[in-house]
Amino acid sequence: MDLYEHQAKDLFEAHGVPVSRGSVAVTPEEAEAVARDIGGAVVIKAQVKVGGRGKAGGVKLAKTPEEANEKAHEILGMDIKGHTVHRVLVAEASQITQEYYVSFLLDRANRTFLAMASAEGGMEIEQLAAERPDALAKVPIDPLIGCDVERARAIVDEAGFPLDVADAAAEVIAKLWETFVAEDATLVEVNPLISDAEGTVIALDGKVTLDENADFRHPGHTDLVDQRTENPLEAKAKAKGLNYVKLDGGQVGIIGNGAGLVMSTLDVVAYAGEKHGGVKPANFLDIGGGASAQVMADGLDVILGDPDVRSVFVNVFGGITACDAVANGIVEALKILGDAATKPLVVRLDGNNVLEGRRILDEANHPLVTQVDTMDNAADRAAELAAAGV
Amino acid sequence: MAIFLNENSKVIVQGITGGEGTKHTAKMLAAGTNIVGGVNARKAGTTVSIGGKDLTVFGTVEEAMKETGADVSVVFVPPKFTKDAVIEAIDAEIGLAVVITEGVPVHDSAYFWAHSSARGNRTRIIGPNCPGIISPGKSNAGIIPADIAGAGPIGLVSKSGTLTYQMMYELREIGFSTAIGIGGDPVIGTTHIDALAAFEADPDTTAIVMIGEIGGDAEERAAEFIKANVTKPVVGYVAGFTAPEGKTMGHAGAIVSGSAGTAQAKKEALEAAGVKVGKTPSETADLMRELIAR
Repeated sequence: MDLYEHQAKDLFEAHGVPVSRGSVAVTPEEAEAVARDIGGAVVIKAQVKVGGRGKAGGVKLAKTPEEANEKAHEILGMDIKGHTVHRVLVAEASQITQEYYVSFLLDRANRTFLAMASAEGGMEIEQLAAERPDALAKVPIDPLIGCDVERARAIVDEAGFPLDVADAAAEVIAKLWETFVAEDATLVEVNPLISDAEGTVIALDGKVTLDENADFRHPGHTDLVDQRTENPLEAKAKAKGLNYVKLDGGQVGIIGNGAGLVMSTLDVVAYAGEKHGGVKPANFLDIGGGASAQVMADGLDVILGDPDVRSVFVNVFGGITACDAVANGIVEALKILGDAATKPLVVRLDGNNVLEGRRILDEANHPLVTQVDTMDNAADRAAELAAAGV
Repeated sequence: MAIFLNENSKVIVQGITGGEGTKHTAKMLAAGTNIVGGVNARKAGTTVSIGGKDLTVFGTVEEAMKETGADVSVVFVPPKFTKDAVIEAIDAEIGLAVVITEGVPVHDSAYFWAHSSARGNRTRIIGPNCPGIISPGKSNAGIIPADIAGAGPIGLVSKSGTLTYQMMYELREIGFSTAIGIGGDPVIGTTHIDALAAFEADPDTTAIVMIGEIGGDAEERAAEFIKANVTKPVVGYVAGFTAPEGKTMGHAGAIVSGSAGTAQAKKEALEAAGVKVGKTPSETADLMRELIAR
C-alpha cells in the first residue's frame, strides 16, 4: 500500500526523522487555521499518490494565512493525473540551501535491500537514474546487518553529499532505515531531503510503500487506507475478504481460482474479445483454493454489482478444490442471489472431480449458466455474450 | 531422475499438526511421498496418525533429521512463524525446504534468504507462497495434486500454482519429470534460473515449460540464462498482459511498476532468447507437443 506524503511524514516523525512542521487540511478554512498556527510562510501541497504534482500546480507557496486559504481553495478538488485532491498538507516553508535524494527499497532481483542516494535531489528519480547515473549511489543493504549511522555515512560519502551536512544526513538516513524496517516498508523515499541555512537536514517530502502481508504486526496500518479514493467495488470485495481488482473499460466479469490462472483468464478473455467488438475483462477476482458457496456468492455479488459487466466467466481448475464443490457453490450462490443474478454465466470446470461438477451444473439447469469445456472456448463464449449484451 | 526431489527423498512437515499441514500430509502420503515425521516444538514427542501412518512429532528440524534421516522439509506454518521455521530448517542444514505458506512479510523472506546466503546456501529453499514440487511417481512435497499428470520427459517451472496445475493437465498425456511452483512473492528462494539449470542437467528431462507472470525481471533474466546455457527446447507462457499498472494481482509480487515488469517485456525477452511463447496456456501446450513430436 502506498501512503500519502502526510502519512509518510507521520511515520517519519514517529521514528525520529526530522520533517517540517505542518498539518493536513481538508478545507481552505482549515488550511488557513494551520497556517496561522505555524506562523510565517507555508507551502500548500496536494496529497495525491502520483508523481509530478508540483508541475501540475499542486504545490503552492502562501505568505499569509489568507493566502493559504486562497491557495488551498485552488488546489482542493484539483485533478492531478486522474487523482482528485481531497486533502492538502500545510507545512512550514523551508529555506532550502541544497536538495538531496535518498531511498531504501526492496531489490527483488538480488533478494536484498538497496539504499539509493544522490547529492542532486529534487529531480524525479527515474530521470536522475537515466540522465545522471553516476550521480546516484546504489548501495546494497544486508537485512542481517542493516544500516546504522556509520553505514549511512558511507552512503552519504559515496553519493557526494557536502562534508558540512554529511553527519547530519547520515543520522537522518539511519533513522529512515529504522522506519523502513520497523514499519515493514518496501519503499521509503525522500525527495528532496534538504539542508537549510543552519545545516539542519529535513525530509521535505516522503513516499512510503507498506507491505500488506505484514499488517498482522502493524494493527495501525489498516487505518491508513483512504476509503474515499478506494473503488467502491474493491472496498466491498475487501470487506468480504475477496482478492478483487476492478479493471477499467471491461465488460466480462471474471471469477477464478489462483492468482496466476485468473491473470491468464483476463488475457484469454481479452484475446477472445478482439473477435467480439473489443470486449475486455472487467475485473480480477481470485476466490482461492476453497471456493465455498458463500465465497462464490460473495464473488458473484460483487461482480454483478458492477454496472459495466455484461457476462461472467467462472474459470476454475480443480486442484485441491474439487469441481463438485465448486459446482455446488455456483448453484447455491445463484439461489442466494435469486433475482439479483441477471447476467449470463459461462462456467469452465476442469481438474479434480470434473465430471461430477459438470453433472451437478447440468442437473441444476439454471437458465443463466452455460458450461464450456475448455478455457479458450469458454472465454470466447463469455466475450460473445458480453458483446451481445452491450 | 528428476530434480531436487526423488524417490529417495525423506520428507518431514513443519506444522504437521495444523489444519493445512495435516490435510496435505495425508495427500502427500497418498501420492507415495516418504514422509518420516513432523515438527512442532509445542507437541514434541507426540505421535500423529495420518493416512494410516504413525508419524513422530519432533521438537526441532535438527532432531527430526537426526532421528529419521530426513532431507526435505515442507513448511506449512502460519505467516507470522514462517521466518523462524525457515531459519530453523536452514540452521539444521536440511537439503530442501519447501515453503508453502502464503502471506509472508517480504522483510521476513529477505531476512531468511540473507541468513541462508550467509551460511553458504546449504539449504535449497522453494517458495514462499508456492504450491511446492512434484516428481510424479516418485515424491510430492507440497500441495500440487498428484493425480493431474504422471511421469514423463517435461520439466515445468512456474510462479503460479493453478497455472502449474493447468499446464500439467494440458500436457498430461506426455507427463513430467518434475514440476516446480517457485511462488509469486517478490523474494523467493529457488528461481526460474535455478530450475532451468537443473532441468538442463537432468537426463530425464528433454523439454522445459517455463511459466511467468508480471512483476520484477526474473523472466528477463531467465531468458538471458536460456540463451547462454540451455540447449533443451523451452516453451514459455506469461500471464498478466491485461494487468493495470500499479495494482497487485493476487500474488504479492505480481505488480507492474511504471513500465517495469510487464508481460509484454517478458514475452519479448523470452522470444529473443529463442523461446516459443504461447498466447494462452493451451496454445503453449500445443507448442510443447510440436516440440516433443519432433
